[in-house]
Amino acid sequence: MNILYLLIPISLVFVGFIAWIFLWAVKTGQFEDMEGPAHRILMDDDMEPPRREPPEAKPPAQS
Amino acid sequence: MSLNCFHCGEPVPNGSDYTIRLHEESHPACCRGCQAVAQTIIDSGNADYYRLRTDLPRTAEVALDELRQLKLYDLPEVQESFVQREEGGADGEVREASLILEGIVCAACVWLNERHLQRLPGVLSAEINFSTRRARVRWNNRVIQLSSILQAVREIGYHAHPFDTSRQEELFRKERNTAIRRLAIAGLGSMQVMMYAVPIYLADDGTMTDDIHALMRFASLILTLPVVFYSAVPFFQGAWRDLKLKRAGMDTPVALGIALAFAASVYATLTGGGEVYYDSVTMFVFFLLAGRFLEMSARKKSAEAAESLVKLIPAAALRLPAWPDRSQEETVAAVRLSPGDHVLVGPGESFPADGCVVEGDSSVDESLLTGESRPVGKHPGIAVIGGTLNLASPLVVRVDRIGSDTVLSGIVRLLDRALAEKPRLALAADRVAGWFVVGLLLIASAVAAIWYVVDPSRAFWITVSVLVVSCPCALGLAAPTALTTALGRLTRSGLLATRGHALETLARATDFVFDKTGTLTTGEFRLREIQVLRGSEAEALALVAALEQGATHPIASALREAATDAPPRVARPLRYLPGQGVEGVIDGRLYRVGTPAFISVAGETPLSAGLTVVGLADEQGAIAWFGLGDELRPHARDLVDELRALGVRLHLFSGDRPENLRALAARLGIEDARGGMLPEDKLAAVKTMQATGAIVAMTGDGVNDAPVLAQAQVSIAIDQGAEAAQAAADMVLLSSELMRLSEGVRVARRTQRIIRQNLAWSLAYNISAVPAAAMGYVTPWMAGLGMSLSSLLVVLNALRLAGPRRTAAAPDPVPPLRPAPARTS
Repeated sequence: MNILYLLIPISLVFVGFIAWIFLWAVKTGQFEDMEGPAHRILMDDDMEPPRREPPEAKPPAQS
Repeated sequence: MSLNCFHCGEPVPNGSDYTIRLHEESHPACCRGCQAVAQTIIDSGNADYYRLRTDLPRTAEVALDELRQLKLYDLPEVQESFVQREEGGADGEVREASLILEGIVCAACVWLNERHLQRLPGVLSAEINFSTRRARVRWNNRVIQLSSILQAVREIGYHAHPFDTSRQEELFRKERNTAIRRLAIAGLGSMQVMMYAVPIYLADDGTMTDDIHALMRFASLILTLPVVFYSAVPFFQGAWRDLKLKRAGMDTPVALGIALAFAASVYATLTGGGEVYYDSVTMFVFFLLAGRFLEMSARKKSAEAAESLVKLIPAAALRLPAWPDRSQEETVAAVRLSPGDHVLVGPGESFPADGCVVEGDSSVDESLLTGESRPVGKHPGIAVIGGTLNLASPLVVRVDRIGSDTVLSGIVRLLDRALAEKPRLALAADRVAGWFVVGLLLIASAVAAIWYVVDPSRAFWITVSVLVVSCPCALGLAAPTALTTALGRLTRSGLLATRGHALETLARATDFVFDKTGTLTTGEFRLREIQVLRGSEAEALALVAALEQGATHPIASALREAATDAPPRVARPLRYLPGQGVEGVIDGRLYRVGTPAFISVAGETPLSAGLTVVGLADEQGAIAWFGLGDELRPHARDLVDELRALGVRLHLFSGDRPENLRALAARLGIEDARGGMLPEDKLAAVKTMQATGAIVAMTGDGVNDAPVLAQAQVSIAIDQGAEAAQAAADMVLLSSELMRLSEGVRVARRTQRIIRQNLAWSLAYNISAVPAAAMGYVTPWMAGLGMSLSSLLVVLNALRLAGPRRTAAAPDPVPPLRPAPARTS
C-alpha cells in the first residue's frame, strides 16, 4: 500500500493542473456563451465554403 | 392566392416583380431591399442560410445616405468609447470592437453574420455570442475600416451598432467570472475530497493502517484549503458585514459552521485523532455557491431584455455650433453633447439625445417607446426622444437631456428597480431568517454549555452539528430563487415585470380588465367601407389624410394609409380633440373629421354595424363616411377562456361605441363589456371594483390609460414587438402573444405555491433536525449532508418554475413581422 504515498501526491498535482486549466478557460471567456456551441455544430458540415471577395464599394441600392 | 417574399415572408404587393435567383430557380421578393439582401447572401456563398433558418427575418429596408452615416464611425473621437487598439499588432494597427446586432431571429442569422464578416479581407476574427447577440470583431485598420464592416452587415439585412461596454457590464462580467471560478474550485475540491473520504468510511474496521489514514486526511486538508479560503470567501465577507451592522444574516451560521468544522478537522488531522469533516465542508460550500450562482444568472437574464435599448443611442452626431447659422457643421461624439447644443438629424438617423425640434417637419419612428411603429409627426416645438428614428426629412433639434437623464436611461432604471425591489414575501422571509439565526446561535450556545457539563468530549462536535445542520438558507434561497427563476422564464416568454411586486400581485388578482383597441384587438384599423355624399372618393381621402397628418391614433394611421395615392394637401392650423376628432383649415375652408357627434351629425350612420365610424364634414355638412374595422388578436378568445378557468372575473372597458362592443364581447364571451368610456370613466369603474375588495389587473396601452393603469393593483401594458417598458405599467407584454398573460397568471400562482412549499419544508426540516443534532444523534458529516441536500432541494424546487428550455437565443421573443415600409411621402 505504500504506493499510495506516491499516487496521492500525484493526484493532487493533477487536480491542481485541472484547476489551472479551468481558470484559464474562464479567463479566456469560454463560459460567456453557453448556448452557441450547441447550434454551431449543427451548421458546419457539407456546406460550401464562403468565397473570399474584396468588398465592393457600392451603395446597397440604386434609387 | 398571393405570393410571399422568399426572404422575409411578407406578401408580395401586386405589381412588384422583384425576383431572387437561387440555384437556377427564381423566387419572388416583396421589395428592392429584400431582393438586394437575398442576392448578396446567395452570391457570397451563404445560400445555406435559407435552408438552416428557423424563423423569418424582418423586411429589408433600403435607407438612403447610409454610407455617409456609417463613415462617422471611423472618426477617432467616436471610436474612442468603444474601440480598443491592440498594442504591437503584426502589420499595422489591430483594433477590436463590440457590436450589437439587431434583426437576429434565429441561430442561422448568427451563423450567416459570422461567415459574412469573416470573409471580409482585413477582418481577423468575428465572433458572435448567441445568447446576447453581441459580436466581437477584430480587424486590421490598414486593410479595412469599421464603416465597411458595418456596411457589410447592412448588406445582408441586419443592423450593427457599436456598443459601449459600460462599466456596469464589465463589472457584471467580472462578478460572474469570479463566481464561476469559485464554484469550480468548490466543485473540484468537494469531488476529490469525497474520493478520499469514501475509503475512510468503508475501511473503519481496522483494514486501513494509521499512516495511510493520516495520508488521506492530509490530502483532504490540502484540497479543502482553497475551498475554504477562496470559494467560501463570500460567506465570510457577508458574515463580517452582518456582524459590523449588528444584524444577523444568513451568512453568519454558514460562516461559523464552515470555520468551526474546518478548524476542528485540521486539529483532528494534526493530532491524529477525532473525526474530520472536509467532505461536509466542501460539499455545502459547493451547493450554496451553486444556488447563488443560479439565482444571479436568472436575475441577469431578466434584466437583459431592456439593456440593449440604451445602447441604441448613436455614437456620433452632427452639431451646428453657430446656430442659427447653418453653414458650420461639426461631427462630434454623442457623449460630448451638452444641453443647449443644436444638432442636425437627417432621415434614417437616430436622435443622439432627448431634445426639442427647432426647425424642420418630419415624422419619427417611436416604436421604441410607444410600441407604435407608425410615424409620429414632429414640427418645431415638439419634443423628440433620444434613440428614436427620424424618418422623412432633416430636423434641427435643440438638445435638452443627455446620457443618463434621457428617457431611455430612465426605462432601464425602471427595470433595474423591478429587480431590486423585493416583494412582500421575500422581505418577510428575510426578517424571519434574521430571527431564526439569532435563535439558532442562542440554541447552539446553550447546547454547548449543557454538553460541556454532561460529557465534554462530545460538546464540540455536537455544537458544530447544530450550527451546520440548520438551514436558514432555505429561507434566504427559497424566495429569491423562485422569484428570479419565474421572472426569467416570463421574460423569455416576452412578459417583462418592471416592479418587484408584479408577480405576487398578479397571482392574487381576482379581476382582469381589458382595454379593447390595441389590447384585445390588433389596433391596426383598416378602411373597410366608404360612403361619399359629396364630391369624389379621392378628394374625400385627400382631405382626411391632410387633417390626420401627424395624429398618432390608429384610426388616423389607417385613414392616412388608405389615402396614399391621393395628391397631398396641407391642413393648417390643426386642432386635436382627444376622443373626438380633428379640425383643420384646408385651402381656406374649415373641415372636421371625427366621431359623428363631433362633426355634428345626428342620427343613424349609414355603414355596417360593428365598424368604427368616422365622418368628414365641412361647414355645410357631412361629405363622407368612413367605416374602419380592426381585428381581434389571435387567441383572444382562448385567453378569455383560460383566465375564466383560472377563476378570474373578466371585464372589457372601451372608448368605442357600445354597439361595436356588443358583437365583440359576445364573440369573446365577456359579459361585463362597457363601451363609450372615457379615461375618467374607466378610472372610476376600477375604483368601484376595488372598493368591494377586488384585486384588479388592468391591461391596456400605456399612453392613453396611464392613470387607470396606475390605479389598478397590477397593470400590464401590451406593446407590439417593441422592447420598451412603460413607466406606469407593472408588467409589459413584449410580443402580441396574448396567451402569455394566462401563462403569466399561472406561473405567478405557481411561484407563490412553490415559495410556500419551500418555507414549509424549511420549517419542518429545521424543527426536526436541530433537536436531533442537539441531542447528539447527528454527526457533523450527516449534518453537512443534511444541510446541503436541504438547500439543494429548495433550489431545485424553485427551478421547477423555469419551464421548458427554449433553444433559440433568450430573452427576446420573435418580433412580429413589420408591414412593408410605407412609400416615402
